[in-house]
Formats: sequence, C-alpha cells, structure tokens
Amino acid sequence: MATKFKDPMPAEGAAIARDAVVVRFAGDSGDGMQLTGGQFTLSSALAGNDFATFPDFPAEIRAPQGTTFGVSAFQINFGSTAIETAGDAPDILVAMNPAALKTNLSALRPGGLIIADSGEFTARNLKKAGYEVDPLTDGSLSDYRLVAFDISARTMQSVADFGLGNKEALRCKNMWTLGLALWMFDRDRQPLIDWLNTKFSKNPVLADANVAALNAGHAYGETAEMGTFARYRVDAAAAEAGLYRTVTGAEALSLGLVTGANLAHLPLFFGSYPITPASSILHTLARLKEYGVTTFQAEDEIAAICAAIGASYAGQLGVTSSSGPGIALKGEAMGLAIMTELPLIIVNSQRGGPSTGLPTKTEQSDLYQAVYGRNGDAPLAVIAASSPSDAFDAAIEACRIAVQYMTPVMLLTDGYIANAAEPWKVPDISTYEEFPVTFHEELPAEGTELNPYARDEKLARVWIKPGTPGLMHRIGGIEKSFNSGHIDYAPENHQKMTDTRKAKIDGIANDIPEQDVCLGAPGEKLAVVGWGSTFGPIHQAVRRARANGASVAHIHIRHIWPLPRNLGALLKTYDRILVPEMNTGQLKTLLRDQFLVDARPLNKVSGQPFKIAEIEAAIEGALA
Amino acid sequence: MNVQTPLKPADFATDQEVRWCPGCGDYAILKGVQRTMAEIGARPENTVFVSGIGCSSRFPYYMATYGFHTIHGRAPAVATGVKLANPELDVWLVTGDGDGLSIGGNHLLHLLRRNLDCQVLLFNNEIYGLTKGQYSPTSRIGTRTPTSPFGSVDRPASPCAFAIGAGARFIARCIDTSQKEMPGILKRAHAHKGTSFVELYQNCIVYNDAVFEAFTAKANASESQIWLEHGKPMLFAGGTRGLTLNRQDLRLEVVEVADGNWEAAGVIVHDETNKGVAQMLIDMPFPGFPIALGVIFCSPAPSYESALVEQTKTLTQGKIADLSALIRKGQTWEVTERRD
Repeated sequence: MATKFKDPMPAEGAAIARDAVVVRFAGDSGDGMQLTGGQFTLSSALAGNDFATFPDFPAEIRAPQGTTFGVSAFQINFGSTAIETAGDAPDILVAMNPAALKTNLSALRPGGLIIADSGEFTARNLKKAGYEVDPLTDGSLSDYRLVAFDISARTMQSVADFGLGNKEALRCKNMWTLGLALWMFDRDRQPLIDWLNTKFSKNPVLADANVAALNAGHAYGETAEMGTFARYRVDAAAAEAGLYRTVTGAEALSLGLVTGANLAHLPLFFGSYPITPASSILHTLARLKEYGVTTFQAEDEIAAICAAIGASYAGQLGVTSSSGPGIALKGEAMGLAIMTELPLIIVNSQRGGPSTGLPTKTEQSDLYQAVYGRNGDAPLAVIAASSPSDAFDAAIEACRIAVQYMTPVMLLTDGYIANAAEPWKVPDISTYEEFPVTFHEELPAEGTELNPYARDEKLARVWIKPGTPGLMHRIGGIEKSFNSGHIDYAPENHQKMTDTRKAKIDGIANDIPEQDVCLGAPGEKLAVVGWGSTFGPIHQAVRRARANGASVAHIHIRHIWPLPRNLGALLKTYDRILVPEMNTGQLKTLLRDQFLVDARPLNKVSGQPFKIAEIEAAIEGALA
Repeated sequence: MNVQTPLKPADFATDQEVRWCPGCGDYAILKGVQRTMAEIGARPENTVFVSGIGCSSRFPYYMATYGFHTIHGRAPAVATGVKLANPELDVWLVTGDGDGLSIGGNHLLHLLRRNLDCQVLLFNNEIYGLTKGQYSPTSRIGTRTPTSPFGSVDRPASPCAFAIGAGARFIARCIDTSQKEMPGILKRAHAHKGTSFVELYQNCIVYNDAVFEAFTAKANASESQIWLEHGKPMLFAGGTRGLTLNRQDLRLEVVEVADGNWEAAGVIVHDETNKGVAQMLIDMPFPGFPIALGVIFCSPAPSYESALVEQTKTLTQGKIADLSALIRKGQTWEVTERRD
C-alpha cells in the first residue's frame, strides 16, 4: 500500500532507481494527450521496459475547452519487473490545465509529483474547472510535490521562429511536455524526432516546430535548477529474445481474425457498424484487403451480422463486431446462425451499460448476454481475451471453434483491452496448427436424399457452398428435420434438434484445454477466479499476497462457454472462491449454477479497471 | 464438365408441398418465376433465393435452387453478404410489404442505394397474411383489420416511390395474374446489373381478397392498366387513350386518342431512363389515371459488388499477402539476448 511520503530530492546529478513508475498525462481533449502517451509508450518500449497503458478519454470528441468532462488522460505503468496493469496510482501527474488536475488528482499517490502548466491556470479556466482559488498557490497540494511553471509560454518561445499562428504554436505544448518527460527518464529523443519528421513530412515547418518544442522541453529539464525534477532510472525488464512490437487489443484481435481465417483457408468477411469502443477493429481490417479480407460497413448492427451470416452461408468466414448495445440488436440473427448451424464470430468489445451507458469506459457486464441473451434454447461458444496481446490467440481459437463446430462464437473483449497497449513478442505464425475447412461437395448416393444437416462426430453439420452442382438445398430459421433438413415441426424432432444443438456446444469442452492455475496450485485455501481484462490486477494481487505467505491461487478462465471440463473439480479443491469482476457478479452466478460452489463476488462497475490494492484487500478479507 | 441440358420450369420446382392458401396469388408468381428461370437458362446451383419472413418468404422452399429463409426484414442484408462473398451467384430476394417496407425498410433502402446486383421481388398484398390479417404499411387508409377495427388512419407507403427515392436504378411493376407479361419483366430485371426492384400486386384471398380488383379485373384491365414499353407511346384502353405531359405545370394528363393518331394527341413516348417521368408514372393516382405496369425505370450504374471487386483488385495489385510481415509491422524492437 502506498504510504504518505514525498520523493527525496535527488543528489546532484543522481537518478532515483525505480522498479516501476506510473505516469499519467492529463489535459484537454484537444491537447493531444493520447498522442503524447502513445509516443511515451514507444519510448518505454525502446528502453526495454515492460509496460501497460490505460487511455482514459471522454465520449465527447471535443468537449468545451477547459471543462472537467473534456479531460483526456493517458496512464502508463512501465518498469524493470513484469508489468500487468496500468498501475494503481500514478507517481507523476502531468496536468495541462485546472480541469485535468481536478479530475485526476485523487488518483495520484500521496507524495507524488505534479507537473502543472501554470499558464493555463487562468481565472477563467479555474472557474470552468470549479476551483474557487488557484490550487497551485493556496497550499492545498502540500501533500504532493508540485512543480508549476508556464509550459504554454515556454512552448511559444521555443517555436517563435517558425511563424506559426498562436493556436498552432500552442499545439506544440504536448511535444514540449514529452521532451521534459524524456529528460526525466533519460530517454533517447531520436526515435521521436524521426517519427515527427515522418508524421509531418508534408509540412516540414510543423515538423521542425514540434522537434524544437521537444528539444526545448528536454533542455528545460537539463538546465532547470537542480532538484526541481527528480530524475528516474528504470532498467530494462526481463524479456526473452525476439522481435517485439507494441500492440493494442483491437489490433491484436484484428490480426488474430486474419490469421485464424488464414489457418482455416478461408477468406474473412467482416460486417460491422461503427460503435465505441469496437470501431477500431473495423478500421484495422478495412486496410487489409490483400489478405483476403472484405469489410462491409453496414447500415445497422442487424445488417452487419446478417451480412456476415450471408457470407458464411456462401463459404467465407463471417465475422461481426460491436459493443453491448449493438450485440443486443444482433440477438435474433445469432439465433438464425445457431439454427442454420453456420460458422460466425461475434466480437463484443464491452463497455459500461445498460443502454448507451458509458461508451468509452470499460466493463465486463455482458457475460449473461453472451451466454444466455437469445430467445429459445440457443447455445453458442463464448471465449474471453484476457489482455491486448492475448486477443490474438483468443481470436484464432474463436475461428477454429466456429468452423470446426459450425457454430457462432462470441468473442469477448472490453474497452480496456481494445485501447490499451502492451509489448507483444511477435509470434511465429508457422508454428500455429492449421484447421483447413473442407466443403461438402459429394453427391448423395443413388436413391438417397441430400441431408444438409448430416453431422460429423463433433455433431457439426456439413457446410455446402451455393455454387456446388447437385447439392441445392434450402436452409432457414424454421426448425429442420434431423434426418432430411426439411421443415419439420414434429414434437420429437424439435426435442432431438434442441438436444443435438446443446450437445454439440457442450462437446466443445472435450476439445479445449483443461483449466490451469496460472499462479499457485490446486488445493490452496483461496482461489481467485477471473476472466477477461481483470487478469493483470488479479495476477499482481495474488502474487503480492503469496509473497506475504498467503495460500491463494489465480485461475483465469478463457473459455466461458462451455466451461473447461475439469473446472468444477478444480474449484472444489479450494476452501474459498473469490470472483472479482467489473459487473455485479455474472461469472460468479455461472460458476455457482454449473458447479454448486460457494463463489463469492468482488464487484466494481465504476468504468475504471480494478486496482491491485482493491483485490489485495479482498484477498485479505477472504482469508481472514 | 458435362453438357448442360436446358431445364424446364418444372425442373425448378422442389418436392416440398406448397403451403400457401388455395387460391393465393403466390402460386401464380411461383409459376411465373419458374418459367422465367427456364427461359433465361438459369443454373440451379448458381441461383440463390433469399427471403425474410411472411407468406411470400416461404418462396425459397419451393425453388429447386439454393435457398435461405432468413429472419424478418433482413433478407437484403443476408443477400448482401452472399453476393459480396461470391459475386458469381445469381441472387434473388423475395419479400413482402410488411417484411420489405415495415420491419426491413431500412435494409431495403440501403440495398437499393448501394445497388447490389440482385433481383428484389416485393409481393404487395397490402396486408399481414401470416400473422392473420393485420393492416400493413401499404394498406390504404380505412382498412379494417383486427388491429384497426375502426379503420386504419395512417397513410400507406408506395413501394415503387420508396424504391425510386432510395436510388433504385431499375423499377418495374406487375400483377400476380399477368402471366403473359411476368416472365418478360423478370427477364429484364435479371438482365439489369444492379438492384432490380419489382413490385408484384398479389392477391391475399383470405385476408384482403380483391383489394386490387378495381384495376386487375378482366373487365376493367384495358381501361385501368398502362403497360409501359421503352420507346413506345404511353397508350392504354386499346390505344384510345394515352398519357401526355402538361409542360406548363409539369404533370401527366390523360388524353383521348382519335383514330390511333397518338402524336396528334400529344401522347409521350416512354423513355425508361427518364427518372422524373418515372416518378410521375409511379405517383399517378388511381382512379383518374391508369396503374403504370411494366418496366417503369431503368438507368444502369455500376453495381456495389462490382465496385468493391474493382477497388480490391486495384489495391491488391502487386501486393503480397505476407501474414508474418503484417504482424511485424508498426513499432517494433528487437531483444537480441534473453534478459533475466
């Protein structure tokens, strides 16, 4: 737990060595904080640090300037140790205006450093942020180390020679700030300079101005009075040799879909309708035409999934993607894909709900919707990604199950995973096992009728592409005969088909890995069971508790439905089960229902990821 | 490949028992479509019928082609996926006034706007049949049904006006019983590259019988139907009446034609590429004017899937789809030695 202390002043020229540092950049949504954070992330990667990021931005694109609801923030946790979360509390808060300070101060660890642009702390901006008096001067920040100076003015000075307008010149503020941050962590500026020159290649004046601002910020740190800023040293983290890249969940998931379709030897069809925070998957895939990807921006969520179903019917791998409200609209069509037994992947980048809820904030509250949210007995497979890079493998697994079982698969991710970045050791695709699809082309034997619902040992029906001579047939949402595939309303047939659809999905449990314990062992006192993006905070919390001697294990479930075949027996080896979730207890309910175990919830629905400390406290409580 | 033998209309019928009510207009349309299939030399394996929900949407089960009976209103979206996945397929959509204009109105709008190459057959019976007779978005004001026991008060939509407003490039109209004309119209629809929209007046014998009788009854047909043909004068009533354009206030008018001298009467020639006149033909109120039938508007433009194929071709030319290279893109760095 963080205690109230202030960082010691560094001795002249010395740097404070740290295992990990958390920095939060906060400013107006027009201040370029996401860009600053992204570039600082790259610089951390190049320095060999492990890291996790948390972009936290408002739903409004450009909320009125200076208001608290227009504040955009980017948090990064980087270190020489394994980093799995974006950090509980920032060590350093960069506040570009009063509103940014107001909305982010409570997150800062006591004794942490505030770097504030005093040039923006004008009477007007203070009022907009709801400050009666200037917090930079009234002593209210005495629990922190405060360094306030006029970043705006210094930025203007640094770009004075480039003939930019006032507005354009001030836009260089984020690069000035980044320059200072690079100095504080002793980072190489060159990659940033190269990046700026590429970004503004069509406008060399802007490139030069931004580079000048970056250099000026760096020089400011260098020449500022000794002791103004602490300088930190964060060593490179342990890492296996290989090629690494930064990846967001949306990127990894997109690449996983392309790879999965490739392993199935199928073209990928992606039907989607723009929605936050899922759109970035459509953005990524729209550029990948040469990889056999067709993207279709549909007129609505329903059309998006229906077009994907049409594409699967015609022999491609249909995928649709949305967030909770859009998934709700797709419900009826999912039933059609279940009934017609066509492969389909439905990606849900979860956000705070219900209804429009919190479009840009994260939540895990669509688990019931994924497992149960359709009319009729309508089972499908559900898989959840646990981190940005894990979304790659989760997407490939979704593709495999969809084509091998002729079924829709719901792939769950969330706003946090979609936007957060982490280092990813680029995998060797040639090591992935292929699962090529064989379309049914054989004519029925003389005197027999074609049955489009004939099944293999997995209970998956045959996949016949339109265009195949001699195998014309009709499918649809009406119940079909088990034996012929024709319309059949007979009571015993519906019973048999319902049972078969259920048995097919249940059978997937025999084809997925058994549930492992990712930290600790079976039979300890407490199992902390999670799914999805809570992986990081749970893992760190369990690690810390174990370091303190607690008998606790971490189990993280990827296959939400069907659940791994050994999970029930595994859970029963523990005395207690704690299920932290960013919802009101949905996996907890599922586990209780399936295994009759006394799973206890730990819930958080604030739109923010769990803090490690919150889970640590719950572990302590559960073991008390 | 073996030589393809010409198929007969009966070859396009399935062995499934047709489950429409006896006397339903759908039977006639099914017959007309099967005849058309034979006449255009359609290959069953390359033909896909996609439908939504409703009486008309049972259609695919009776066609010995590929068929997909989807969900209410969504056939245009499913068909879009089918056609984009395999542009070689010949895609036909069967929908009704409720399926196509009420629950699925949005999808139909966007299908027409995008101009996907397919044929849309909208069976308009001005009623919900399969749910037992509620009024539909094309029911006329005052229609009495279980949900409008005192007569409906909402104004009806006009399918062809909707289509032309949505940007359709091919619009035709026919009557279920017009077996002589139907294959010709469907053949034109099939030949048109892009979305071909065909409204078929279809009699629901159980819930809305004879609703089109005023212009479909044999006795009134000549007086109340005008069959349009590109390049031919707009004549009806056995050539004794025609349509002229009042150039003062830009409106169509009915004029008498004496001794077959239509030019003297000012009758205009049907130019199916003229969108303005097409709009007027669609909007003609009956009675007072005849009902416009046949190909009302045809003005081809590149179809959606062909534009997409073209763009993909241009963009992927000379590019190698190297998946390993793709995942290595972006901001990368190398860790040369294992760091512990």
